[in-house]
Amino acid sequence: MNAATAVLVVMTVGTYALKSAGPLVLGERTLPVRLRGIVDLLPAALLAALAIVSTVGDGQTIVIDARLVGLFVAGIALWRRAPFVVVILLASAATAITRLVS
Amino acid sequence: MIPAEVSDDEVRRRAIRRQAASIVAAVAPFGIVFGAAAATAGLDLWQAVGFSSLVFGGSSQFAAVEILGDGGSIASAAVAGLLLNVRSLAFGVIMAEALAGPWWKRATMSQLMIDESTAVGAAQDELRWRRYGYLVAGIGVFVVWNLTTIAGFVVFADAGDLITDLGLDAAGPAAFLALLWPRLALAAQRRTACAGALIAVVLIPFTPPGVPILASMLGVAVTRVWPPGDRERA
Repeated sequence: MNAATAVLVVMTVGTYALKSAGPLVLGERTLPVRLRGIVDLLPAALLAALAIVSTVGDGQTIVIDARLVGLFVAGIALWRRAPFVVVILLASAATAITRLVS
Repeated sequence: MIPAEVSDDEVRRRAIRRQAASIVAAVAPFGIVFGAAAATAGLDLWQAVGFSSLVFGGSSQFAAVEILGDGGSIASAAVAGLLLNVRSLAFGVIMAEALAGPWWKRATMSQLMIDESTAVGAAQDELRWRRYGYLVAGIGVFVVWNLTTIAGFVVFADAGDLITDLGLDAAGPAAFLALLWPRLALAAQRRTACAGALIAVVLIPFTPPGVPILASMLGVAVTRVWPPGDRERA
């Protein structure tokens, strides 16, 4: 079993447990307020980290390249309320063009 | 001939299907990018589809594959992916009442619990419409997500150069930012995001790949140390 299969198995079981806990176990009870606050904030920290690490990370080194231009353009597109598809296309195009001219 | 009367229920169903359709359409490019990312990270097609059907959680799949492709450990990839899905726990609590029924039905419907299905479901006022919205969006996204995963994988497998030439390696970061964006309207979320990003970047040179992503969750602590002022609470 290679690494990807192992990750797939662990994540399938773990994710399903998280998804089904509410409907199957908790029923109509609600999470404690404190815990709910933390669960609510976790995605912000993780998504921000994923965005920045996948932009400047390359293994254990920090690499500043055309991807950063793409992220910047994505930020502008989101600020101008562009739809998801447009954001992705603009970020990709900006990165491709930056590579072409540099 | 008098046209057939359209019932209020049918009007409601159509409105919900329209909401779901726009969300499903928005998911398609992300599925293609995931397929491409999986191919780039060296996964098999069946592994890529396994992630999209069995795990079925957009950003978590992306995180795991990103970390694997970067040479991260099994544990860091799986834990980062699972942490991104901890929010499903909260979704489950929100949707539980609308997903009532025999245990096997609840068990089956639970697999469809993602941001999109919960968003469409939770936006409705009555329980039966919450259930309908959840199911329509969930099934729609499930089908499109898996088809586009295959398409992205097949088109971009063995095409590392094509991915960088087309700038598709920036599609992942842009997608993460797009998923993050709506949260940034709230001060506490903004601070948490900044703290998480900062922690992650600082750790890149010092820790194995994957650890910076995991450590970013400590960014949640920033709102305890430095709570948003009343004016900023938005």
